[in-house]
Amino acid sequence: MTTTVNPWVRPYVLTGGRTRTQHQLYVHTLVSAPRYDQAVAADLPPESRHLYERARAGGTQSIAELSAYCGISLGVTRVLLEDLAAADHVQINDGVYDSPFDHRLLKRVIDGLRELA
Amino acid sequence: MAFANSPDRLAPNATSAKVVIAGGIGTGKTTMVGAVSEIPPAGTEAWITQASRIVDPSADVNAKTTTTIATDFGRVTLAHDLVLYLFGAPGQPRFWPMWDDLCRSASAVVILADTRRLDVSFPAMDYFENDSDVPFIVAVNLFDGVQTHPVEQVRDALGIADSVPLVTCDARSRESVVATLLVALRNTMVKTPPVAAG
Ligand SMILES: Nc1nc2c(ncn2[C@@H]2O[C@H](COP(=O)(O)OP(=O)(O)OP(=O)(O)O)[C@@H](O)[C@H]2O)c(=O)[nH]1
Ligand SMILES: [Mg+2]
Repeated sequence: MTTTVNPWVRPYVLTGGRTRTQHQLYVHTLVSAPRYDQAVAADLPPESRHLYERARAGGTQSIAELSAYCGISLGVTRVLLEDLAAADHVQINDGVYDSPFDHRLLKRVIDGLRELA
Repeated sequence: MAFANSPDRLAPNATSAKVVIAGGIGTGKTTMVGAVSEIPPAGTEAWITQASRIVDPSADVNAKTTTTIATDFGRVTLAHDLVLYLFGAPGQPRFWPMWDDLCRSASAVVILADTRRLDVSFPAMDYFENDSDVPFIVAVNLFDGVQTHPVEQVRDALGIADSVPLVTCDARSRESVVATLLVALRNTMVKTPPVAAG
């Protein structure tokens, strides 16, 4: 499937009704733009550019944060980020643990919270 | 609230975890998320206006309401490579379809209850008992700071199994919220095998 990059078309149309994504894009999945390039940003459609710039300005952050800060719905945000990742503009962090119940992950979060308390 | 860990130092390859805060309308979900979050609290006017546009285009953003009309979330940076997100699951029935999305890959769930209106948390109880694999605990938010009902009476009224931890909390207190989150995460460790299947 090819994606037509046309800044005059609403992103809902741009996403072409795709629902399947390569990455697991949970609301808390982390995204970053370690190789931010102004020239790349200038060539992006407005919504994608907004997400790309926010990923840069806000540092490593979740899909929910990007969606909320840019005012773009979660569904559209997911698809646009997937495209940005496919073009190597952003990095989608799939995480090192396969399961949210992995005891190594749980233990790290517990230890981190205990330090806060 | 100031945190020692600066959020912008989070590494690109950092790991994130998620805990969902559920419960009926007005049980203190937004308050709980805000008590520990380092990002602007979800309850602010600007945020609600913004968030309502995201998930609910039909919402009247000019309507003044104290009820959160979208999901709210908070972020707690625990290390340069570890961040915990808290997501409040909106209590209104029309947002229930969102719960599947919010709960996917969550590590734990806290269901908030208010002893003066236990019934508003029944739907959340039903959902997490039947439609979700994420281990949950129930936290009674002590609104007046006084425990008006013995905890075991609340357990009976809500029909909570003995295996489900039941705690009391003050959703406004960071210490209390952290303690509640710890109970929830430890409960998940008890309820899941050490090497969990993906
Ligand atoms: N005294 C007291 N007030 C609280 C406490 N927790 C929450 N409140 C207040 O109770 C009201 C409801 O709390 P919220 O955090 O907005 O509850 P919620 O579950 O997010 O509510 P909805 O989003 O409308 O479902 C607010 O006015 C809070 O300030 C508490 O522990 N003690
Ligand atoms: Mg709320």
